[in-house]
Amino acid sequence: MNLFVVRLIAQRIALGLLLLLAVSVLIFVGTQLLPGDVAQSILGQSATPEAVDNLRRELGLDQPAWVRYFDWLGGMLQGDLGTALSNRQDIGQSLWGRVGNTLFLAFWTALVAVPLAILLGLVAVRYQSRWPDKVISGSTLTAISLPEFFIGYLMIYVFAVQFGWFPSVSTVHSSMSLGERLHAIALPAATLTLVILAHMMRMTRAAILNVMQSPYIETAELKGLRSFRIIARHAFPNAIAPVVNVVMLNLAFLIVGVVVVEVIFVYPGMGQYLIDHVSKRDVPVVQAVGLIFAAVYIGLNMLADIIAILCNPRLRHPK
Amino acid sequence: MADTLLDIRNLKIEATTYPPGEPPQDITIVEGINLTLERGKVMGLIGESGAGKSTIGLSPAGYGRGGVRLTGGEVLINGRDVLKEGPAGLRNLRGKAVCYVAQSAAAAFNPAQKLMEQVIETTLLHKLAKRPEAEARAVELFRQLGLPDPEHFGDRYPHQVSGGQLQRAMTAMALCPQPDLIIFDEPTTALDVTTQIDVLAAIKHAIKTTGVGALYITHDLAVVAQVADDIMVLRHGKMVELGSAQQIIAEPKEAYTQALVSVRSIEHSAKAPTETPLLSVDNISAAYSNNAQNVLNSINLALSPGQTLAVVGESGSGKSTLARVITGLLPPNQGQILFDGQPLPAALKARDKETLRELQMIYQMADVAMNPRHTVGTIIGRPLTFYFGLSGKVRHQRVLELLEETELDASYIDRYPAELSGGQKQRVCIARALAANPKLIICDEVTSALDPLVADGILKLLLRLQARENVAYLFITHDLATVKAIADSIAVMHQGNVVRYGTRSEVLSPPFDDYTQTLLASVPQMKIGWLEEAIQTRSTT
Repeated sequence: MNLFVVRLIAQRIALGLLLLLAVSVLIFVGTQLLPGDVAQSILGQSATPEAVDNLRRELGLDQPAWVRYFDWLGGMLQGDLGTALSNRQDIGQSLWGRVGNTLFLAFWTALVAVPLAILLGLVAVRYQSRWPDKVISGSTLTAISLPEFFIGYLMIYVFAVQFGWFPSVSTVHSSMSLGERLHAIALPAATLTLVILAHMMRMTRAAILNVMQSPYIETAELKGLRSFRIIARHAFPNAIAPVVNVVMLNLAFLIVGVVVVEVIFVYPGMGQYLIDHVSKRDVPVVQAVGLIFAAVYIGLNMLADIIAILCNPRLRHPK
Repeated sequence: MADTLLDIRNLKIEATTYPPGEPPQDITIVEGINLTLERGKVMGLIGESGAGKSTIGLSPAGYGRGGVRLTGGEVLINGRDVLKEGPAGLRNLRGKAVCYVAQSAAAAFNPAQKLMEQVIETTLLHKLAKRPEAEARAVELFRQLGLPDPEHFGDRYPHQVSGGQLQRAMTAMALCPQPDLIIFDEPTTALDVTTQIDVLAAIKHAIKTTGVGALYITHDLAVVAQVADDIMVLRHGKMVELGSAQQIIAEPKEAYTQALVSVRSIEHSAKAPTETPLLSVDNISAAYSNNAQNVLNSINLALSPGQTLAVVGESGSGKSTLARVITGLLPPNQGQILFDGQPLPAALKARDKETLRELQMIYQMADVAMNPRHTVGTIIGRPLTFYFGLSGKVRHQRVLELLEETELDASYIDRYPAELSGGQKQRVCIARALAANPKLIICDEVTSALDPLVADGILKLLLRLQARENVAYLFITHDLATVKAIADSIAVMHQGNVVRYGTRSEVLSPPFDDYTQTLLASVPQMKIGWLEEAIQTRSTT
């Protein structure tokens, strides 16, 4: 590891943090712009002007916006996500368990989907324009074209109702063993895999096909190498950067975009929690979850950048 | 004929084209080629682009580039017909019996792998040796080919070594599995002359010591004459002439071969510089960013109206940067430029339309210098409208005149760049530059991408236009033969400095400075044994 790469990576991390700060401002300002008054909406029917005033003072809403922003940000930095307005519970306590569940589902889905997508991409390149390529491209495209709730219900119908292999409700709780949990999340994980497979597979295919035009691929062919070795050893290492980018975007989707799937399988993840509180106009929860989602997005994209830097021999080994 | 290595009989190569709006057509690219190569001998294949030399050259590997099909005849290696081999048979042939050295080693190495891995890959794959043995062999080859620090050379990545070194590493890669035949496909074309001579010597030495047979493909007759025993001249996919290297360059029989041998015989009497120069570059220094090292150091040059100043140098000498400074693309950090007696504003944006008009540019890559979706008429017409406000019939008429001046048929006015040959494209670019009626045209390597005969035509055209229009050329090139042909005065650049500057006869007559001496001595000459002489003189001085 040389100094140049370290500096480049430090730069990326600093940039990521700066971006996160900017997003925190955006989230805060955005939620302030929402119509309606929080105190009013909490009190609902019993909102006498006096009660509203009292509640506003209690919630700190009488303070200027920038004071409230720094209070909120300071709390966030110390791990205090605030208190939910709707049920007066600590957000952190109710959220962390759900974050864990979301990450659990995302992790196992990614563990299956990413290698599978890349492998399918490699195979599609190897048999470009022949039937394996067409079958892979066609079926992944079909999967991505179908709405995820449709795939989800189809899975439930086939594997839960008809065959009875997996449960249709994926409730997990802390007393379950790892095996039981995996069994429980099999269907949502499979649904999500089908949803994200096509993106990654198609990008892998396109990126490698792009590299396959390079003169060094001809060199490899004239060395008498087998096609698969050419693709895996000479093409793929040079196509990592775009593939990693798409992989990371899909991983981010697995964490922040799985609301529909969570609802279908009644999975106790973050998405459902967010939906519940958005409908109750619970601003602190929306802010906290929004910031976590932003951190996930920025973090994963930063990781993609860093991997791309580390995979580039020109940066890793300067002249 | 026990020692025949390669025997090509009546080879036919076809490809399918897809003309727009018409059904696919099979066209014959190469036909009726017969060639035999004995073990340890070198056959040169020479011709212009499109002559089929690379296509024929790749046939012993059973490889057709870009959908090209080997459809007829026989290609026998050690008596076995390559064309009858299946995929497994071909894999067993490639990288074992037949190896390939590509034109641009920089592009032909995998950027993500260390050189050693790539050099010994086939040796391991075909189980010709175990890893330690293969690595030892590679190190020995690195040493033989004169690569620096041969023990650790293989630990580097391709981008960490120079172009000349990569080309030698590629030769080492081809030699490592100890093949019977190596195909050299223009291995020195992308290199500077002073680098080319080393690589050429290394290749020749390697061929001699290993006793490998070789096909040497190039468009440069002077280069192939140094390494080949026999030479086959090709044109339009057919053989023009086959003979010993000596016979081809000394007594060419066919008219086409004679033209190739006598190329670059343009005569042009140099003009003496005038009192007041058109362009004078005063003490110019430039760098690509504020704290970077200077790419140009205190350059002083002058160019008289209607004359040609050739700026010659190798890659990295700063000659193209000089053009960027003069055109205003890169403001200098020191010095000034006088154009027609007036200081030229440093930045492009500060220049008025009239200054822009008087200073035009022609580029090396004519294809990318034109909008592929514009017709020739639009391309040439745009400066007419922009600078002179011409339109309609008047503009059309002027475009036709310019086409005639650049010796293009009037019917080309409706064609798109893709429908033109390389030389024709460059002529359109010249016509476009002339359309502005400039006083100075900067020509940046305008003939480098062209075949010798076509390049000759362009140079002759430029000279004729200069005589008629009294336009001055700042001619940037790496090719000394071009310089000799057209320059009135010459500036030799090396590492950002002008190392030699004067009229043509001053610069090209002794006594020489070291660099100019090396440069002049590195230009391949059309005679057998030049390479050895050049290496000899260089090592003694």
